[in-house]
Amino acid sequence: MPLILTEEQTMLQDAADGFLNEHAPIAHLRKLRDSRDPDGVSRDLWRAFGEMGFAGVVIPEDNGGSGLGAVEAGVIAESLGRTLTPSPFMGSSVLAATVLKAAGSEAQKAWLGKIAAGEAILSLAVDEGPKHAPAKIATRAERAGNGFKLNGAKGFVIDGHIADAVIVAAQTDEGLTLFLIDPQTPGVAVERTIMVDAHNAARVTLTDVMVDADAVIGAVGAGQGPLDAALVLGRACAAASLVGAGDQAFKVTLEYLRTRKQFGKLIGEFQALQHRAAHLFTELELAKAATLAALQAIDAGRPDAEQAAGVAKAKAGRVAELAVQEAVQMHGGVGMTDEFDVGLFMKRVRVLNELLGDAGFHAERLARAQGF
Amino acid sequence: MTDLETFRAETRAWLEANCPPEVRGPRDGDEDYVWGGRNAVFKTPAHKLWMERMAARGWTAPEWPSAYGGGGLSREEAKVLASEMRRIQAQMPLASFGIWMLGPALLAFGTEEQKQRFLPPIVRGEIRWCQGYSEPGSGSDLASIQTRAEDRGDHWIVNGQKVWTSYADQADWIFCLVRTDPEAPKHLGISFVLFDMATPGVSTRPITLISGKSPFCETFFDDVRVEKENLIGTLNRGWDVAKALLAHERTMIGAMGDVGVGRPLGQIATDALGVDEAGRLDEPSLRARIADYDIDAAAFRLAMERVGDQVKAKQAHPAIASMLKYYGSELNKRRHELSMAAGGSDALEWEGERSKDGAVARDWLRTKANSIEGGTSEIQLNIIAKHLLQLPGA
Repeated sequence: MPLILTEEQTMLQDAADGFLNEHAPIAHLRKLRDSRDPDGVSRDLWRAFGEMGFAGVVIPEDNGGSGLGAVEAGVIAESLGRTLTPSPFMGSSVLAATVLKAAGSEAQKAWLGKIAAGEAILSLAVDEGPKHAPAKIATRAERAGNGFKLNGAKGFVIDGHIADAVIVAAQTDEGLTLFLIDPQTPGVAVERTIMVDAHNAARVTLTDVMVDADAVIGAVGAGQGPLDAALVLGRACAAASLVGAGDQAFKVTLEYLRTRKQFGKLIGEFQALQHRAAHLFTELELAKAATLAALQAIDAGRPDAEQAAGVAKAKAGRVAELAVQEAVQMHGGVGMTDEFDVGLFMKRVRVLNELLGDAGFHAERLARAQGF
Repeated sequence: MTDLETFRAETRAWLEANCPPEVRGPRDGDEDYVWGGRNAVFKTPAHKLWMERMAARGWTAPEWPSAYGGGGLSREEAKVLASEMRRIQAQMPLASFGIWMLGPALLAFGTEEQKQRFLPPIVRGEIRWCQGYSEPGSGSDLASIQTRAEDRGDHWIVNGQKVWTSYADQADWIFCLVRTDPEAPKHLGISFVLFDMATPGVSTRPITLISGKSPFCETFFDDVRVEKENLIGTLNRGWDVAKALLAHERTMIGAMGDVGVGRPLGQIATDALGVDEAGRLDEPSLRARIADYDIDAAAFRLAMERVGDQVKAKQAHPAIASMLKYYGSELNKRRHELSMAAGGSDALEWEGERSKDGAVARDWLRTKANSIEGGTSEIQLNIIAKHLLQLPGA
C-alpha cells in the first residue's frame, strides 16, 4: 500500500477541510469558549457531521454508518486538528464506536446508528489518574443481584459532561470488563472539566452504581480486546489531529515569516529562522508518514498496528509540540496574545499530547516491546 | 492470490533457496560490503555467489528496466523484495555508486547508446564508479569548480584536482564535473563527463580520516584525454545532471539512518550493560534516549518510504531529497553516539582482536562525515527553506 492517500481519501480530505473551514473555523471555538456554552460543543455541527457521513466514518453501513476505515477516520481527525474544532468525533465516532462495533450486543449497537447520525454522544472512561495508564485500571465491578455494582473514579473522560452513555472499563474477578452505563444511573456523579484548550472532559465518579448484566459489552472478563482496538485507533487519530494542529500552526507561522518586517527585512530572510523552519518541516513530514502508516496498518489488520500507532502518537506529539512552540516564539509578542490563534494551537496540542498516552508513555511501551 | 501475493511467495521461496547463510544477519563491518569492479574483493565465496545470483535477476537494481539489466520491478514489487530480504536478514548483494547515483542520472539524461553501454555492467557489479565533484576550493559552493576541460575537437583534455572522492583508489571509472566554459556564469559552464580511471594522467592519493581509515581520496588530473561521446546530457548544462544525481546521493546518505541497518541499539545496550529485575536496560537515561531514537528512526524509515511513493505518484518536489539527507545523516550520527554510550569504555578500544581494531569507535567517527558529504546539513536546510518553503531571500 503506497503511503499516500487514494483519490477517494483525498476527496474526503477536501470535503472535511472545506466543511470545517466554512462551518467551524477557529472562530467557532472562540464563540463556544467566550459564551461559556453549556455543552462546549455545537449539537447542530454534530448533526451536520452525521449528514456529511463523518460521524459514522468507521461504523458499518448496516448500522447506519459510512463503512470506511481508519485512514478515513484519520483524515477527518486531521481536519479537526487544523480548525481546533470541539467535536464529539474522537469520543463517539472513534473510541465508543470501535468498542461497540467490536463487542456490542445488538441492543448496544443501536447506539452506532445514533452516533452515525450525529444524534448521540458517547464517552469512553479509561483514565483514572493524571497520566494515561490503561494497565492500572482500579475501578471495580462486583457481581451483585443479576448484574454488577461498580465503584471507582475516572478522569479525562472526553465529552463525559454531555454523554448519553459512558463506556466504563472496570476490573471484575474474571478480568477487565467494559460496561455501557447511563450517566443518570444513581451513584454516577459527573463533573465537567473545562480544559486549557476550551475543549471539555469530565471526572466521573461511580459510587455503588448498580447495573444489569446486559450492561456488559461483550463477555465478562473480555474487555481488553475491544478496549485495545479503540485505544489503538484513538491513538492513531489523535496523532492525525496533532499532525493537523502542528502543520496548521506551521503554515500560519510560515506566512508570518513571509510578511513580517524587522530591520527593514522580511524576518523569513534570516537564516536563523529559515533553518528552524526547515527542520520543523522535516519533522512534520516524519510525523505525517508515521501517522498514515499507523492508520494503514490498522486497516490492514497488521499485527504491528498497535506499535505503529504508538510510534505515530509519540512522534506526532513531539513534533506538534515543537511546531506550536516555534509558532509562538517566531510570532514574538503577538504570539502571546489571546487575539492571535497560535496560542490556541499550543493549548490544543498540550491536551492532545496527554490524550491516550504521551510520547513518554509510548516510548516506554516501545522499549519494553523491543526487550530493553 | 493477488499478483503481488504471488510475487511475494515466489520471491520468498527464491530467496530461501538462493541466499547463502554467510550473507544473512547483520553486517560485521565494512568488509562485508561487496563493491564489485575489476578488482572486486569478496569476504567469502558466498558473497560473490550472492551478488551474481541477484545480478542475474537484475535484483541488484530492482526497479531499473530489464532492458538495461535491471529487475524491471514495480515500486510495489520492489518493496516486497526489500521486505522479504529484511525478513531473512539478507545483506545487500552489491554496494554501488553506479546503482545509487550514476544509474538514475543516466536513465534520466543518457542517450540510448550510453544506457546500453554503461548500465548493464553496473547491475552486474563489473565496473565500480567514483564521483568527481568536490574540489579543494569548492565544498558547499560546489558550482564554483575549477577543473578545466579544454576542447580538442573530438575529445577534451582535463586538468585539475578533485577531493573527497570516495574510493577513487579502488574505482574503475569516474563520473566527473568539469568546467567546459570558463566565461559563462558558474552554473552554466559545467559539463558532466565519464572516463576510465586507468586513463593516463589520473592519479589518486588516499586521505586518512579521524577514523584512521581512508575511504576518500584526492584525485589529480594531468592532461587526461576524455572522449566527447562520454558527455552526459547537454554541453555546459552538467549542473542539471549534477543536481539530479545529488538528489540520489542525498537519498542514499539519508538511507544510512534507516532503522533496519545493523543490530537494534536496545539489544546492543542490554548485551553490554545488562538489565534490571524488570528486564529493563540497567541505565535509565540511556534507555530513554534509545527509545526516543527508535521512534525517530521508525518515523524516518516511513518518511523515506512515503517520499518514494510520492516520487512514483509524481507528487514529490525534487528538493525533498534534501529532507531525507538532512534527517537521515543527523539520525545516523545520533545512532552512533548512542552506540558509543552503550559500549562505555569497551567502545574506546582502538586496536586489537577483541574490538576488531576499534570497529565501534571507527564507525562512530566515520558517521561525522554524513552531515558534511553530499552537501552539509546547513546546505540541506537552505535548500528546504528556498525550494520547499519559499522563504524570502533564501
